[in-house]
Amino acid sequence: MLTIRIIPCLDVKNGRVVKGINFIDLRDAGDPLEQAKFYDKSGADELCFLDITASSERREILFDVVSKTAENCFMPLTVGGGVRSIEDIRKLLLSGADKVSINTAAVDNPLFVKQAAEKFGSQCIVVAVDPKKVSANRYEIFTHGGRKSTGIEAIQWAEQMESYGAGEILLTSMDRDGTNDGYDINLTRLVSDAVSVPVVASGGVGGPEHMLEGIMDGHASAVLAASIFHFGKYTISEVKQYLKNAGVPIRL
Amino acid sequence: MQVVIVDFGSGNLKSLYTSLGKAKEDLKNINIVVSNDSNDVKKSDKVILPGVGTYSDCKKGLESVKGLRDALEETVRRKSRPFLGICVGMQLMSTVGLENGKTNGLNWIPGQVVPIEPGLMKHETLAKPKIPHMGWNQICPNKSHFLFDGITNERYFYFVHSFHFLCDFEDNVLATVDYHQSLVAIVEKENMLGTQFHPEKSQLLGLKFLSNFLKWKP
Repeated sequence: MLTIRIIPCLDVKNGRVVKGINFIDLRDAGDPLEQAKFYDKSGADELCFLDITASSERREILFDVVSKTAENCFMPLTVGGGVRSIEDIRKLLLSGADKVSINTAAVDNPLFVKQAAEKFGSQCIVVAVDPKKVSANRYEIFTHGGRKSTGIEAIQWAEQMESYGAGEILLTSMDRDGTNDGYDINLTRLVSDAVSVPVVASGGVGGPEHMLEGIMDGHASAVLAASIFHFGKYTISEVKQYLKNAGVPIRL
Repeated sequence: MQVVIVDFGSGNLKSLYTSLGKAKEDLKNINIVVSNDSNDVKKSDKVILPGVGTYSDCKKGLESVKGLRDALEETVRRKSRPFLGICVGMQLMSTVGLENGKTNGLNWIPGQVVPIEPGLMKHETLAKPKIPHMGWNQICPNKSHFLFDGITNERYFYFVHSFHFLCDFEDNVLATVDYHQSLVAIVEKENMLGTQFHPEKSQLLGLKFLSNFLKWKP
């Protein structure tokens, strides 16, 4: 049976991990490679790098980071953040990323997703969808870390992205991100049930019980978390054991 | 021994190259080359054909390299050197593929490559049926094989595909994987093997699998 994927996400800025695991004895906790190796050993199912580097010159460092990671980790790696052109995608894939996540560039030009999927195949094109709740059952897409409204309705947007060739949707609730209050389950279920590509739930995880909700009630195919792993609140194996005990198909 | 990863322009071969580098660490005198040169293929003792993207694009890419198809036929079929196809590389071993229209394959293992049909799936309690089949799934061997050496209980490998290989002969199916229906995970025939999953993305078990392929003497 296909197992649910547990995906730790690392924020990378200027080639350094911003919120890294600080509880284990790493030689250099800011080194993305050290962190990636640790997660590889811990049995993470995939790894996600989110590049939050502001200046474009310094983004070049990312390619080197991705390259070193790909040479040392034998699991799928998704890289997102600031992906704006076909050339960006090509460089990331050649550096060793398996999937590339597109966010703002898709909102600016939806056809970019179509071009990317036609060029590189749907299997490596992830669209990051960042909705915020605007009324009871209406969610709209926000960009710039939830600051900029676009007025685009989230469910339709996810469906459109699927029809343009996105192979996966990375769904982050802007209301929940960073809260530790759990995923927005209503949103997760609405999107998961609307599209036939896998949906990765993200934003708000405070513990494994939130992941369980995301899977059972939100119908997510994978669950992503950042801070609970980084700050040592839980290990990958603790989370996996919890979910397995609750009856979720999990690779231990 | 020389092992060639056939590069016909289908995506990034870096992870496969580095995985094989890791897999051969305890083996002696193995040289891994990445090439689309038909002479390199002919000179090699083992051949690996990777592939990502669509069946039709991969086949087109393979045909566009002069002499490559003939070199593969000579090395793999006539000289019977061990061969491993991965993902679309495995699918290309079939007679015909139906992704983006009808494309003739290498016709090494009789069968068709067809879409995973959501309509055929049973209702799942956890989530609605998702295509592609993406993530870690457990393979189920049909028979014993040298490739499974050291790969015992937890046979989880990383899959990502929307089409699957429907073999004409059950005998060519070495392992299956359950995704609402039983799908072919590994094909085999004589000196040839093909995996629908990505051993190079499957952590320690994947490396073990690749190491077994490097040691395999059919």
